[in-house]
Amino acid sequence: MLNGFFLGLGSYFLFLGSVLRRPESWREFGKSLMREIELLGLSSIPLVIFISLFMGAVLTIQTAINLDDPFIPDLFIGVAVREGIVLEFSPTIVSLILAGKVGSNISSSLGAMRVTEQMDALQVMGINPAGYLVLPKIAACLMFFPVLIIFSIGMGLLGGYLAGDWLQMVNPDYFLMGYFDEFNPFFVVYALTKTVFFAFIISSISAWYGFNVKGGAVEVGKASTKAVVAMSFTIILFNYILTNVMLQ
Amino acid sequence: MIEVRGIKKSFGDQEVLKGIDMQLQRGQCNLIIGSSGSGKTVLLKSIVGLVKPDAGQVLLDGRDWTGMPERERKVLRQEMGMVFQASALFTSLTVEENVRFPLDFFSTMPLSEKNARIAFCLDRVRIPQSALRKNTAELSGGMQKRVAIARAIALNPKYLFCDEPNSGLDPETSVVIDQLIQELTREFGMTTVVNTHDMNSVLEIGDHVVLLRHGYKVWEGSGPEILKATDQEVVDYVFVSALFKKVREALG
Repeated sequence: MLNGFFLGLGSYFLFLGSVLRRPESWREFGKSLMREIELLGLSSIPLVIFISLFMGAVLTIQTAINLDDPFIPDLFIGVAVREGIVLEFSPTIVSLILAGKVGSNISSSLGAMRVTEQMDALQVMGINPAGYLVLPKIAACLMFFPVLIIFSIGMGLLGGYLAGDWLQMVNPDYFLMGYFDEFNPFFVVYALTKTVFFAFIISSISAWYGFNVKGGAVEVGKASTKAVVAMSFTIILFNYILTNVMLQ
Repeated sequence: MIEVRGIKKSFGDQEVLKGIDMQLQRGQCNLIIGSSGSGKTVLLKSIVGLVKPDAGQVLLDGRDWTGMPERERKVLRQEMGMVFQASALFTSLTVEENVRFPLDFFSTMPLSEKNARIAFCLDRVRIPQSALRKNTAELSGGMQKRVAIARAIALNPKYLFCDEPNSGLDPETSVVIDQLIQELTREFGMTTVVNTHDMNSVLEIGDHVVLLRHGYKVWEGSGPEILKATDQEVVDYVFVSALFKKVREALG
């Protein structure tokens, strides 16, 4: 099993070597990049908005219930919700959700291209399929995931505020003050740094699984499932490592 | 001309190609036939460069393709067109974009010339104008094959490779595709290599036919000659169906 893991790891780095090369045509790369930003990034905005709004709301309700004490001002609830969203929910949980949506899309689309010989067709033409197909996906994720996470932070904070106000669980003015109280901008840098790492993990691991599919439609599905599991493990592991490195 | 010299290929313990030699002439349809597992797909992929042979050489008009550095191979690849078994059209692109694809990558033609070339290729394979903006998934199997041929000839290649171009097509459409491949081979003077199971293709377009069995070349000749061949290997491969048994009886 350990042998298989190291063989897979070696194959993954060799794959990265063939992906991270100068594109054959910058014009085609630009076109592919725009397509991927639309497919992987813009199309994820509704999902991110929906999840973030409601998770922000849930976070406010749970925090308000747990800190329901006359000696704890609502300002602290606002601080707790803000830190929860900025530090963990938006960069990590949303990335895990994107691993499911974007990652499975990448692995299944590449897997389908592999089993229908579209990658062989590229190779016969003299085009490096890894570079042509995967590099724009990685670049699109690296560029657009931070935008999605900033969006998610904004929507999470909005959802939290709206829920607190609507359910009358907090004083909205004090709660809002909590959002701005002793705000540490480094936490946003930390969140975005994690996001960039996770974007690379999601796009490259899912691409590697999709790229190496052998067989037919069933194997494409299996590769997609394996990719999501591997991405989730790796994100959780790197979340711990990055937190240890950046926040200690 | 494509010259294949002593090509060998194994996957693990399984020796798939056991030293194949053959010469495939320019302007001819060269067919590789053989039952499933005989090694014809691996042979075609070795010639094209999708599989690296363990031993042997492939010479493309005297140029050592197998021993060539990757950078030179990349240039030479622009002289190749390939039609895959399942067409391998890019499903995210329209019919027109599929044919435009190699031109956008490798041609320095101005846009007007590119458009003219695309129109010529699609017209040559008889794809109607109404289909240009369609997604390739909306096309019938026969139309997909024709678009794949149009894409393969877009860069005016010297070598055309077809992996089971008739697979999944009805007999009538198969004949149309065979004739199209033959016409284009003659018209552009290409060296065409076709992998097939279809005996009708052998008789229809087989200028030069190579029969493989268990990784060996066991017979070589022209399409019509195969019906007269007495080699046991040919008899075992060709005259198994009821139709060809009757043909054999008719031929005496």
